[in-house]
Amino acid sequence: MSKNKEQYTWKELEIGTIFTEPGNTAEYKTGDWRSQAPAYNFERCIKCGVCQLYCPEGCIEEDADGYFVANLYWCKGCGICARECPTGVITMEEETE
Amino acid sequence: MGEKVGIEASIAIAEAAGLANPDVIAAYPITPQTHIVEHLAEMVANGEVNAEYIPVESEHSAMSACMGASATGARTFTATAGQGLELMHEALYIASSMQLPVVMTVANRALSAPINVWGDHSDMMAVRDTGWIQIVVENGQEAVDNVFCAFCIAEDQRVLLPVMIHIDGFHLTHVIEPIILPDREEVQKFIPPYNYPMPLDTDRPVTMGGVGPPTIYPEAKKRQDVKLRAARDVILEHWARFTKAFGRQYHPVERYRTEGAKILLMTMGSMSETAMGAIDKMRDEGIDVGLLKLKLWRPFPFEELQEAVREAELLVVVDRSISFGGPGGPFCSEVKAALYNQEKRSKVIGLVAGLGGRDISVDGFVGITHRGIEIAEKGDEQVLETYGVRE
Ligand code: SF4
Ligand code: SF4
Repeated sequence: MSKNKEQYTWKELEIGTIFTEPGNTAEYKTGDWRSQAPAYNFERCIKCGVCQLYCPEGCIEEDADGYFVANLYWCKGCGICARECPTGVITMEEETE
Repeated sequence: MGEKVGIEASIAIAEAAGLANPDVIAAYPITPQTHIVEHLAEMVANGEVNAEYIPVESEHSAMSACMGASATGARTFTATAGQGLELMHEALYIASSMQLPVVMTVANRALSAPINVWGDHSDMMAVRDTGWIQIVVENGQEAVDNVFCAFCIAEDQRVLLPVMIHIDGFHLTHVIEPIILPDREEVQKFIPPYNYPMPLDTDRPVTMGGVGPPTIYPEAKKRQDVKLRAARDVILEHWARFTKAFGRQYHPVERYRTEGAKILLMTMGSMSETAMGAIDKMRDEGIDVGLLKLKLWRPFPFEELQEAVREAELLVVVDRSISFGGPGGPFCSEVKAALYNQEKRSKVIGLVAGLGGRDISVDGFVGITHRGIEIAEKGDEQVLETYGVRE
């Protein structure tokens, strides 16, 4: 979809609300569901990538320095990365918004 | 032109579905629909109908298979009844919401418990709000004719919605009557070729039945309702085409001897045939009574109903199911709702009768009419009154 779902009027929807652009769920801002966000203390990070493997949302990206960071557009704040990190890099902190 | 033959309505319906040249049939047998799907299976096995017949393990799977087939652009047919329709329930909403033009005949049956395989309209009423176009027929010929019309309507690019044809279980499905089955060429000329605009196709991938969060769901539902209501004009158009091609006429609200009638009886389905006999009898006795027969249940024909009752003082609506703990019969409550805001409206009395296959005779309809008149005069209307129940 070229524009965000929030902007469509009922007249603009396709037959049977079919989505004609495959993969458009990537536009769905699941980050809105989050009540807690991961915070990092990278001093302890061993760059093992375990957090990325376990993240059910698949939203953890490796940055230029080799650290693994959540993309908050999609991160739902489930806390699995924090639970699985072997060295305790990640803590979950309340969203303030 | 096809010949008039003495044939069981179910067999004729199966023949009609076969003549419509379906690509896929997925069905699970259940009384009183069984003869329809058995005969179709036979015709496919004998090579008379060139369709894929999917024998599934339940009605839920039948509708799911139909949806999958329809999504690829296949012309799809199924049939069910009573408990089977109930087991399909959640899938029915998905078929209409995804705009998959499946055609289904429903051999109307009472719902358990107690177990009852005979005819009434409980199953029909339970699927009232599923978003399907719903046509109610009164005899075998109407069932056959509307199978052809249903494919035209469902697959029309302006509609693309599934269509249910309600056929009373046993009272109609198992009756042998003279029915005209048109020739294959006539049917093929009448039903245009079908092209679903966005079928499942790996070269043009689409997502059907995706997630619709609160940001889009209300828009999707509004669109669905608008589409279903707009289907009315297309239904009328295809019924008119049918009349041109085959001569027989269909209207959302049909009238029988309503001229000068101050009292109108209102029915749907096969009981309308018996009710006509009762009208004749009462007319002979000098009572100014006529009959309205509802043929289009969804989209509901508000305008046609309002027009048909304009001159009447009393409308007696016969329901063949109960809205337990609610406003009596669901058919009557819809009729009332359709008329409530009219400036001048007739009195509407509802009576429930014929549950679980209990026959309503000609005298029964005479009795129902008289009871309706009595209630209107005395003003002792109850929320629910079942005619003929032993006290
Ligand atoms: S909190 Fe959950 S969704 Fe967010 S990055 Fe960690 S594992 Fe992924
Ligand atoms: S699991 Fe912990 S240590 Fe391993 S990459 Fe992720 S944050 Fe770093």
